[in-house]
Amino acid sequence: MAGAGGGGCPAGGNDLQWCFSQVKGAIDEDVAEADIISTVEFNYSGDLLATGDKGGRVVIFQREQENKSRPHSRGEYNVYSTFQSHEPEFDYLKSLEIEEKINKIRWLPQQNAAHFLLSTNDKTIKLWKISERDKRAEGYNLKDEDGRLRDPFRITALRVPILKPMDLMVEASPRRIFANAHTYHINSISVNSDHETYLSADDLRINLWHLEITDRSFNIVDIKPVNMEELTEVITAAEFHPHQCNVFVYSSSKGTIRLCDMRSSALCDRHSKLTGPGPPLEVSEAQKVKARKLTDWKVFEEPEDPSSRSFFSEIISSISDVRFSHSGRYMMTRDYLSVKVWDLNMESRPVETHQVHEYLRSKLCSLYENDCIFDKFECCWGGSDSAIMTGSYNNFFRMFDRNTRRDVTLEASRENSKPRASLKPRKVCTGGKRKKDEISVDSLDFNKKILHTAWHPAENIIAVAATNNLYIFQDKVN
Amino acid sequence: MFARGLKRKSSEDAEDADGGVAGLPAAPSYTLQRQSLLDMSLVKLQLCHMLVEPNLCRSVLIANTVRQIQEEMTQDGTWRVVAPQAAGRAPLDRLVSTEILCRSGREQEGEGDCPLPDPAPGQAPRRPQSSPWGLDGSREGRGGFQKSLDHIFETLENKTPGSVEELFSDVDSSYYDLDAVLTGMVGGAPTGPGLPAFAPTAAAPPSSTCRSDLGELEHTVEILVET
Repeated sequence: MAGAGGGGCPAGGNDLQWCFSQVKGAIDEDVAEADIISTVEFNYSGDLLATGDKGGRVVIFQREQENKSRPHSRGEYNVYSTFQSHEPEFDYLKSLEIEEKINKIRWLPQQNAAHFLLSTNDKTIKLWKISERDKRAEGYNLKDEDGRLRDPFRITALRVPILKPMDLMVEASPRRIFANAHTYHINSISVNSDHETYLSADDLRINLWHLEITDRSFNIVDIKPVNMEELTEVITAAEFHPHQCNVFVYSSSKGTIRLCDMRSSALCDRHSKLTGPGPPLEVSEAQKVKARKLTDWKVFEEPEDPSSRSFFSEIISSISDVRFSHSGRYMMTRDYLSVKVWDLNMESRPVETHQVHEYLRSKLCSLYENDCIFDKFECCWGGSDSAIMTGSYNNFFRMFDRNTRRDVTLEASRENSKPRASLKPRKVCTGGKRKKDEISVDSLDFNKKILHTAWHPAENIIAVAATNNLYIFQDKVN
Repeated sequence: MFARGLKRKSSEDAEDADGGVAGLPAAPSYTLQRQSLLDMSLVKLQLCHMLVEPNLCRSVLIANTVRQIQEEMTQDGTWRVVAPQAAGRAPLDRLVSTEILCRSGREQEGEGDCPLPDPAPGQAPRRPQSSPWGLDGSREGRGGFQKSLDHIFETLENKTPGSVEELFSDVDSSYYDLDAVLTGMVGGAPTGPGLPAFAPTAAAPPSSTCRSDLGELEHTVEILVET
């Protein structure tokens, strides 16, 4: 069972018991590449759940209203809208194909009846409006019911068109296209708490946009060295602070996190330095991090443990995701083997480190060979910030309860997909005798990776993307 | 499997640069593992600058790994280039056990008809399995290798159809010739400090058979991927 305890100790946030709720997607063993889910995101209320896939499509699920006659089952998520967000493109100048894969979706806070989201591929960000139409007008003066224009001279009387109900239609339309601002591949987008601006980050630069303006963006971070030969570090993720509209964070492939404040007006062109104990941060002379105009930062980095140094140390320290807590007091980073929680007031080291799959440390060479070591896992916070979740291999995902310090490994699989069936904790056997129900490290399926997960902002409902399937789990309502 | 990844050993375990009795390192598995890792990384880098859309983060991480190994090997005085054939043959989608990586150089069954070079006077005796140094005459200094690594990033930056040629143009092309790589006939012995060149360093001009046209590249990538 979970942690070191025996007998039924559920874990993952205040004794939560996770149950299967739904699974979306084809059951076929043969997975079409285009169907592989590449991003998952709940909107601000949690009523809408969006997924993006490698084929450039966005599918939005909406939560059904709770059924009073079946109080035990919370509202289910059903397809609300499906649309093609991005198409493959060809960059003729570079002779390169631009993939249509949706890298990230971020919702805007709802301000009227329509819903807005940003979706991005490697190069272009699009603002989509999703609106409902359940009425249509009848009785136009200038055209017939079937749309044919009427001869104006034949009209002898005027009438006011009447709105009549029709079957609900959900339409998605692109309202803005933010293009041509990124030379490198976009890895992150993040909406500001001012609800007017957002940032987009690629491997070397971060741009600030206004949602209304598509032909201009403001570059706020640029780590591209003058000489590309001196490139040793890239940006891996970026996010705006949930409450402070001038603060954002970005992570790097060397395991550093930089907290930036856009209010600072000093032009900075300096080395990063660590505060607190630890060896000095080495920054390549040639690749100084240039602060553009308005940014200032704190640098978060944990000093390396010299006893565990290997040739893979840097690769596994590369941060694949960074997320602020809902409170804005903490942030969480995901590197290859662990998730770390940082207090924004302490740069010297994280306040918590949770091992995701430490048993892989002895397999790093093989994982380097088959490229799994470059897999980018995401992580997410529970609504109350008391629990965090991230994915692993073999369709396992891990939950950590920050209060009780318990953790659990669960699996997203069709075998455990009976309605409201409780998920059984899984355990990986690292050596010695394998107990019943344990799985040995060498039997793990490294093609079944859970890279993308999302947690409902208020309730204990989670969405887990397992290749081309989307699993939804809820905690048991007692 | 390596315990806890590929660990750095203390210097007394590192290969004796002067060459002991038969040039056999004191801790053979570490040195060979490190060499295999280097070879694998170089192959990965070649693959990634042949892909249509190289993943910059991955390329940077691999290049940094190569630099680390290179630095350590330079300090050890063991810097040299050996054919990365073992890595080239490994199936890329399987969690491979130690056999590939720990396969000692002895098992390179004399690929190709590459005759042994005459050792330069004073050169340390080589490993018994006689690493197959290509003899097409081109030699690369360590600086040359670094330069090639840097070219990879320039190429990633200016990805044009001609850039692949540009990448290869002032580098010993046979080094990047994948067929040569796979069969072990790799040219180039970068001379680090303490390692005498074992042939006069008359650098041959870049081979005109630099196989940089896309058709050939695709073909070679297919070979790699299918093995």
